Amino acid sequence: MALVNIKIDGQAYQVEAGLTILEAAKKCGFNIPTLCAFNNGKCSRASCRVCLVEVKGARGLVASCVYPVAEGMEITISSPKAINARRASVELILSNHHKNCLQCEKNGHCELLEVSKLVGARDGMYEGSQTPATVDELAPGLIRDTSKCILCGRCIERCKEAQGISILGFENRGFNTIVGPIQNRSFATSPCIQCGQCVNVCPTGALLEHSEIAKVDEAMKQGKYVIVQTAPAVRAAIAEEFGEKIGTPGTGKMVAALHRLGFYRVFDTNFAADLTIMEEAHELLQRIKNNGVLPQITSCSPGWINYLEYYYPDIIPHVSSCKSPHMMMGAIIKSYFAKQHNIDPKDIFVVSIMPCTAKKYERQRKEMPNDVDAVLTTRELAKMIKRSGINWQRLPEEQFDADLLGEYSGAGVIFGVTGGVMEAALRTAYFWLTGKEFGKIDFEACRGQEGIKEATIDVEGTPVKIAICSGMRNAKVLLEQIKSGKSPYAFIEIMGCPGGCINGGGQPYVKPLFLPNEEDNILDTYREKRASVLYSEDVKQVIRQSHNNPDIKKLYADFLGEPGSELAEELLHTSYDAHREKFPDNK
Amino acid sequence: MAHLQSSAVAQITEIVNRHKNEETPLMMILSDIQKEYGYIPLEVQELVSSLTGIPVSEIYGVVTFYSFFSLTPKGKYVIGVCLGTACYVKGSQLVLDKFSELLGIKPGETTSDNLFTLDVLRCVGACAIAPAVSINGKVYPMVEVKNVESIIHGYRTKEEAQND
Amino acid sequence: MIKIKTSEELINKQKECASCLDSKFKGLDGKRAIVVCGGTGCLSADSHTILERMHELIKEHHLEDKVTANIVGCFGFCSQGPFVKIFPEETLYTKVKVDDVTEIFEKDILGGEIVERLLFVDPQTKEKARKQHDINFYKLQKRDIALRGNADINPESIDEALGDGSFLALNKALHMTPQQVIDEVLKSGLRGRGGAGFPTGRKWQFAHDVDSEEKYVVCNGDEGDPGAFMDRSIIEGNPINVIEGMMIEGYAIGAKNGYFYIRAEYPVAVKRLENAIKQCEELGLLGDNILGTDFSFRCHIRLGAGAFVCGEETALLNSIEGQRGMPRPRPPFPAVKGLWGKPSVINNVETLANVPYILLNGADKYAAIGTEKSKGTKVFALGGKVNNVGLVEVPMGVTLRQLIYDIGGGIPNNKKFKAIQTGGPSGGCLTEKDLDTPIDYDNLVAAGSMMGSGGAIVMDEDNCMVDVAKFYMTFICDESCGKCSPCRIGTKRCLEILTKITEGKGTMEDLEELKSLAEVIKSNSLCGLGQTAPNPILSTMASFYDEYLAHIQDKKCPAHVCKNLFQYKIIKEKCVGCGMCARNCPANTIEKTDEIPAGRDPKMPMRIHLIHPENCVKCGLCMNNCRFGAIIKE
Repeated sequence: MALVNIKIDGQAYQVEAGLTILEAAKKCGFNIPTLCAFNNGKCSRASCRVCLVEVKGARGLVASCVYPVAEGMEITISSPKAINARRASVELILSNHHKNCLQCEKNGHCELLEVSKLVGARDGMYEGSQTPATVDELAPGLIRDTSKCILCGRCIERCKEAQGISILGFENRGFNTIVGPIQNRSFATSPCIQCGQCVNVCPTGALLEHSEIAKVDEAMKQGKYVIVQTAPAVRAAIAEEFGEKIGTPGTGKMVAALHRLGFYRVFDTNFAADLTIMEEAHELLQRIKNNGVLPQITSCSPGWINYLEYYYPDIIPHVSSCKSPHMMMGAIIKSYFAKQHNIDPKDIFVVSIMPCTAKKYERQRKEMPNDVDAVLTTRELAKMIKRSGINWQRLPEEQFDADLLGEYSGAGVIFGVTGGVMEAALRTAYFWLTGKEFGKIDFEACRGQEGIKEATIDVEGTPVKIAICSGMRNAKVLLEQIKSGKSPYAFIEIMGCPGGCINGGGQPYVKPLFLPNEEDNILDTYREKRASVLYSEDVKQVIRQSHNNPDIKKLYADFLGEPGSELAEELLHTSYDAHREKFPDNK
Repeated sequence: MAHLQSSAVAQITEIVNRHKNEETPLMMILSDIQKEYGYIPLEVQELVSSLTGIPVSEIYGVVTFYSFFSLTPKGKYVIGVCLGTACYVKGSQLVLDKFSELLGIKPGETTSDNLFTLDVLRCVGACAIAPAVSINGKVYPMVEVKNVESIIHGYRTKEEAQND
Repeated sequence: MIKIKTSEELINKQKECASCLDSKFKGLDGKRAIVVCGGTGCLSADSHTILERMHELIKEHHLEDKVTANIVGCFGFCSQGPFVKIFPEETLYTKVKVDDVTEIFEKDILGGEIVERLLFVDPQTKEKARKQHDINFYKLQKRDIALRGNADINPESIDEALGDGSFLALNKALHMTPQQVIDEVLKSGLRGRGGAGFPTGRKWQFAHDVDSEEKYVVCNGDEGDPGAFMDRSIIEGNPINVIEGMMIEGYAIGAKNGYFYIRAEYPVAVKRLENAIKQCEELGLLGDNILGTDFSFRCHIRLGAGAFVCGEETALLNSIEGQRGMPRPRPPFPAVKGLWGKPSVINNVETLANVPYILLNGADKYAAIGTEKSKGTKVFALGGKVNNVGLVEVPMGVTLRQLIYDIGGGIPNNKKFKAIQTGGPSGGCLTEKDLDTPIDYDNLVAAGSMMGSGGAIVMDEDNCMVDVAKFYMTFICDESCGKCSPCRIGTKRCLEILTKITEGKGTMEDLEELKSLAEVIKSNSLCGLGQTAPNPILSTMASFYDEYLAHIQDKKCPAHVCKNLFQYKIIKEKCVGCGMCARNCPANTIEKTDEIPAGRDPKMPMRIHLIHPENCVKCGLCMNNCRFGAIIKE
């Protein structure tokens, strides 16, 4: 890469050509505040006008997030003109912002609040009328409050780039511009999959998960048997909420914290992940044996299921009928566990800690209304821990409760990463087909399709093609193949969020502004770091295949019978809505 | 959501196909639909979306950005009062206020009998004859507050005559 | 239709068309030609019916072989329209009504006699002007560059355009190298007519120098400036001249496709342009291998849909690309990465209309017109409080005084001149002290305004400058795209403060905040619209600070425009007690007192009236209805 010589505030530096001033400045040790830029300082909008700096010879101030460095460029960040300009842009934004910061759910993660502090915004500047606001709390997964929105457009870009759905867009013009689903509708009456990717990039409290902490509090108050389960991806990220570096495993401390929060049992959803594998592998073999509909597609991501129902209802027969692991867990807790412990299922309250906002929608689906009673995101769990005065650093490492549903295999752990479900299912399916344990899948990028990976498994001489993808933009490619009858695959794993659950819409925010100790390109590396937590946990497990999990074996032996048995069908399988309306008329 | 009649589907499909050789023809498609139907309801936007592959949110964003596009049907007579500078300095705001008062609607609204829509125009290029008022494309020159009543009356009478 | 495939064929065809046009205008073989003004003003005064009527009369008298009648672009002198001009005598009839047509036809066409009562009468000398160039309005003008052919040729006939010399400039350009064409334009000193006046040749050079298979030329016809209609008239009057300018540009930079972006509010312009493109294609003047060369070019039309910001070139590109018209950050500049990511040059309609003249007559001849740094002519839409409202084309360098008084005929009703606003919402107000400034790009900027696209709105003592600033801010606020925060929120705040001031609730702190906001919007906004949005405030504050102070400190609107800041009052001495005011008062706030008007018989019921200001809605009906001038505003 060619280098150019620049000066920032009088100091000479050499930086790569092609960088924006914002990126270059960061490398040279200057943090220029910004609100619309994301992706490490690459920005296509330059709309917040916070990152303004002076460049010698340029007409007026320039937006550092889009302005490329050039040989000999002299940049001034600290001139009174630039400082005043940045402050004024923020003050103007604040004048049209609902400033109830003390009560705002985003407090502590709000980039606007932080940037206001950084630029020295003054109180009460430029006050005046505010853009008419909408608060949408109808959707189970997400909340949108336009009074907090600063129109940075990150969510629009994320929805389009990551998911290819474009639920969110700009509406109206000028001071009346808002961001929302068309007609300023609710997420609940739009074909939004509630994945929460938009929440992850929102700099303010304009987009949030729909909190269910109060429900859990109420259940505790009523003295119910409040049983909690945590998804694999949660442990890969929860420590970030307490100042640990990204990629720090949090399993033991998380379990310890949950014990202290007063849950009756603390289970790992991994147990149910193993159960899911048993059912899903069984289903796959049945389809192969009976010339059923192939490829089979995984069903554990509720964001993906929402996408399926809204955009590809014709594909429904391809999708595994398995409930997602935490829903299976809920069903088993309220049947098998309740029976064994002689507890009335009505007195049990199942809480799922998930990296996901779509799970909040999923638990309310009409097909399975009673399995799980509340879904909290990783971020909500952190809130509960913090408000209870628990000092994360001093927590001991504790184990999940070994009570009927305690054991889990390494296969379950990797559910949280894209490709994990596929790998786990293959370990079991392969064993059932061949009687041998499966080695390792050699995935390679699907040619010409970034974000889609495929592999061919040799099953005793028969090649079986499989594919995995995450993010609906990628899924669309595979689904179109199926639609046109040209899919070469037998089994496809689809995860709603890019990178899988470790990057779910309920995971801790990765905001470089708040992460001074992480590397500059953390937005490019955090997924890998989180995934590595799960992979190393997989390797550490003694049992690495779902079918070898003794508690699973016992569950089938004592209660369910065989995979795919009548009882298993009733408790562990579900159905999908082929007629879900995109824009039901109630606005 | 109300479904479109098959004739409308056919016609909108025809409009979309009309521009299929042009790159990024969304504005042209929407202009034609606006001219044909007088508005661009959500169902039509959904149809255009499925025919072009452009997300509905982007189409909706475009429709709500440009003042020429309307989400709701306009009245039979669209009264546009020019508030361009030349017209404004000659009192077109007062003319607009008078229309608003007599029709009982604010700019941008349509009377309950769907006869009149009142719009603000930003210069129709008729500055020489300011204040200008355009009704369904017919430009009325040098309109004064005192002319407003008779202009409205003229259309009402015409309408009654047609209904008789 | 026979295609024109070579230079020779073009020149032959041109000669043939020129002689046709000659015979039409010079009356060879005893022919007569009637042209009727087709400008918006005249059309709204039934000029199309006048034309229809003429056609009927020609038919009735079986004169189809001898007399032609057609519509033309715009005579520009809109306050005197509709115009009917008769060739070969070039008699110009003004303010023609449908009822006058028979008389014109019978007296002039059949009888060869002039209809004296329809000639223009100079308001000062009371002399009648028979021909166009006898009228003062036209004397200082030079209407043969941008407005070429505008009031002569039929804008729907390519033959007439060819006869007028269209495509000769293209033919000449095609015999030059692209670089030679650019050099010629550079040498002419032509600057962009849409706003800031960037040298057109340099813009072309940038795009020429970028290596790319595909490049585009875009004509910006999104004339959104409230109070400007130059581009509309240019396209309506001679679309082919603009097409030719675009083709020359396309040849110069290496583009094969050109896009016209025209406001949807201009249906006639769009129709004429479509028709002109079609005719050019039929003759082979648009398409592949034009005039037998390697140069291929096609024109496309895209319509705007009512967004002022689309006049900003990157917003315009987004609009063509089917997006919300929100400006793009720069760099990259459009000349490097423009329409669909390809190098693109965006030129305004009037700029392109200048190009054929430059190529045909040479850069030197063009550069001889105008001032040192602003060459050629400029078209202005002269409007507001001026007698001769209309469209004028003047050489750069005429003074504002000449524009307002000599061409514009001064301020109506003996009112006092207050300001002339140029440059639209991005421009500023110029005052008495600026009147002798020669108009060019740099002088207008130095005086605190700008050329802009050419709106020139005259204001008199009855216009409140705070209200004018508010008017522009309302416009900008409505038209702000909403993308960047300084413009979206800042202009709204400015409008709120201005509203406060015009309602009499303003404070001196508000004035300070207004100033600071204006500076912030100017320095922080993303695009040219935002960066210039505060100009109306800054310029009125600079020149009319006393009016702001009057609103804030004295709670008075000196021009009696801001309703909260003046009152209607009956002058006792003048009131005759007729009661017309009270009868017309919609608020019932005029009281009949017991006082007897001076010199009136006490036995008669007349009594002096009094306005109670508390309930007055400031509608002005009392004043309008008082025949004795007894009601004033103060």
